[in-house]
Amino acid sequence: MTAESKPGVGLFVTCLADLFRPTVAFAAARLLRAAGCTVTVPPAQSCCGQPAYNSGDARGARRIAKRVVEVFSPYDFTVAPSGSCAAIIREHYPALLGDDPGLREKSQRLARRTYELTTFLADVRNFTAVDAAFNCTATYHDSCAGLRECGIHRQPRRLLQQVRGLTLREMADSDVCCGFGGTFCVKYPDISARMAGDKAHAIAQSGADAVLGGDLGCLLNIAGRIKRGGGGARVFHVAEVLAGMKGAAIGEGEGEGGGAK
Amino acid sequence: MRAAAQNNFPRRVQVALGNETLQRALGRARAGFQDKRRRAVGQVAEFERMRRAAKEIKNHTLTHLDFYLEKFADAVRANGGQVHWARTAGEARDIVVGICGAGGKKIAKGKTMVAEEIELNPALEKAGHEVTETDLGEYIVQLAGEAPSHIIAPAVHKTRGEVLELFARHHGAKKRGGDTAAIVAEARQVLREKFTGADIGITGANFLIAETGASVLVTNEGNGDLCSCLPPVHIVTAAIEKVLPTLEDLALFLRLLGRSATGQEISNYTTLYAGAKREGDADGPREFHLVLLDNGRSAMLGGEFRDMLRCIRCGACLNHCPVYGSIGGHAYDAVYSGPMGAVLTPLSAGLRVARDLPNACTLNGRCREVCPVDIPLPDLLRKHRMREFEQKLGGARGRLALVLWAFFALRPRLYQAAAGALLYLLKKTAGRRGALRKFPLAGGWTQSRDLPVPEGKTFLRRWARGER
Repeated sequence: MTAESKPGVGLFVTCLADLFRPTVAFAAARLLRAAGCTVTVPPAQSCCGQPAYNSGDARGARRIAKRVVEVFSPYDFTVAPSGSCAAIIREHYPALLGDDPGLREKSQRLARRTYELTTFLADVRNFTAVDAAFNCTATYHDSCAGLRECGIHRQPRRLLQQVRGLTLREMADSDVCCGFGGTFCVKYPDISARMAGDKAHAIAQSGADAVLGGDLGCLLNIAGRIKRGGGGARVFHVAEVLAGMKGAAIGEGEGEGGGAK
Repeated sequence: MRAAAQNNFPRRVQVALGNETLQRALGRARAGFQDKRRRAVGQVAEFERMRRAAKEIKNHTLTHLDFYLEKFADAVRANGGQVHWARTAGEARDIVVGICGAGGKKIAKGKTMVAEEIELNPALEKAGHEVTETDLGEYIVQLAGEAPSHIIAPAVHKTRGEVLELFARHHGAKKRGGDTAAIVAEARQVLREKFTGADIGITGANFLIAETGASVLVTNEGNGDLCSCLPPVHIVTAAIEKVLPTLEDLALFLRLLGRSATGQEISNYTTLYAGAKREGDADGPREFHLVLLDNGRSAMLGGEFRDMLRCIRCGACLNHCPVYGSIGGHAYDAVYSGPMGAVLTPLSAGLRVARDLPNACTLNGRCREVCPVDIPLPDLLRKHRMREFEQKLGGARGRLALVLWAFFALRPRLYQAAAGALLYLLKKTAGRRGALRKFPLAGGWTQSRDLPVPEGKTFLRRWARGER
């Protein structure tokens, strides 16, 4: 394949991967390269505007959305290792910026070319060259925005089937919210704790020794809850597992680490 | 008033989460409703098509609501019924109390959320009437002196043990069996006398048919039919958005309603009331009244919450909402609870007093997924949040955090510098640990879960330095 025919992907890192878990973004970049793309990381990025948008600050969200549209318009595709950030760009930017004649078309164009990582790999690139091993029984948490706004369900599972040694075992209610919900988790900590507890319980009941997902918000919440006494499953972002880049699990300190290797 | 108490939402949440009996009842109900709906919907290959068609019919009807309401009202009158228009809850109450006349009447009531909305029972009792709820769930909450906690399962928060206790207290301490059949048999015994002795029957309506003037009532207990056919006077209280153009439309909505609400192909009793008893009819009421309630609905027609008027009150959004499933209906302290209630209550009680309701939601979207008329509930809840932000009703601290976040998000270099400092602090505090039990200003997070510690430097910084 010549360099010219490689699609250019702008990697939307997401603020949570940037701050909490850079490995997820490194893994995403590696997978995208393996899927025949050139990867660029625009340095002028930060957040998709979701905290503002979902908290009712339409003006703040619009300003951030405008910035994202400008920064990511040059690329053939924009890919994010998060279903909820991709969903905001795909499903909500066109409405947010619809009144701006200069940005309406641009935002629609960006929306059409933006994907969550596993859907881009599986559906757009038909990627079948996963080269990773993980001896474990894993269960998959379907994050809400990804599942219901981007239709992410079979794609990560299809990719995970290619991981050597990994067996997928579904938990009950894999499609039920974990209680993260952005600012919800700190505004209503009691309800959030109940929901996270239910999720941790479902994970423990599944007997899986690892829980995987595509959104760091949910994974930080789930890992935090498990650490506080909700079972022993280790938590990873799906990109880390697919790229063979899993080190310590989310919330795991140096020298810690469970039985799943 | 209920509205005043809205500010205590966090307190009510704590009470609900700590109530073990409630939690047991909720857990059981949640699983039951969800499994049944999944099975019933799975049996219909064209369910998605039905949903889309229903949405279109509702949208069409709402666009021409004045036309269909007039047509419906004319048909009711032609069938010998009387039509009463009520702009507000107060007007509706006055109309019903007026129809009931001098005090001392025995009133048998079927389940009607509109009557809850207009707070009809206290008004009737104040006028000297005796009101008996005849839907089993409503009867139970009436005995308990409570409000319904779910729009289709009013006593879903009660366990069997609690019901047995209530019955013992109110029906006398008979020797009783503990199973559901015995509870139902006992209630039936008591209620039968209420039906036969009633002067007036009051029911709601699930649909109103413009083409024929029929009021359609769907129940599983048949109590609605006994309320409407045995007493000499039948009053239907219904809201204006319940109208459907034709009987053919009704067929579609009945298929959607039963499956969405209780996972039934169709409810046990579906009755079309056409009006008063005519000459030669074997039975039926002597008088038939239809009270049509607006109460803010026509104002919603032209606004950004119009989609909410498609709601057919099936309860699927409550049954699939993880927040409702955690705290139950009473924590909302409003007539309507769950996602649909969180949209409606701020519109009726005011956003200032009910502002917690649209915020206490993760926007997970399950409610919209199961809604038989595809109401974009998460979007409507977000619209409330936008109004709240515009009107500065939220807390100052949350507002400041948002403004700061947007400020930094738009200034990537400053953002990276601030992030670097925060990460350094977190890392320094954590040492070799992978998660923290506490961190300043993170109490909302750490009260019930650990805070996973970041890896170290930000991705963008590491990438800029050439790391791959």
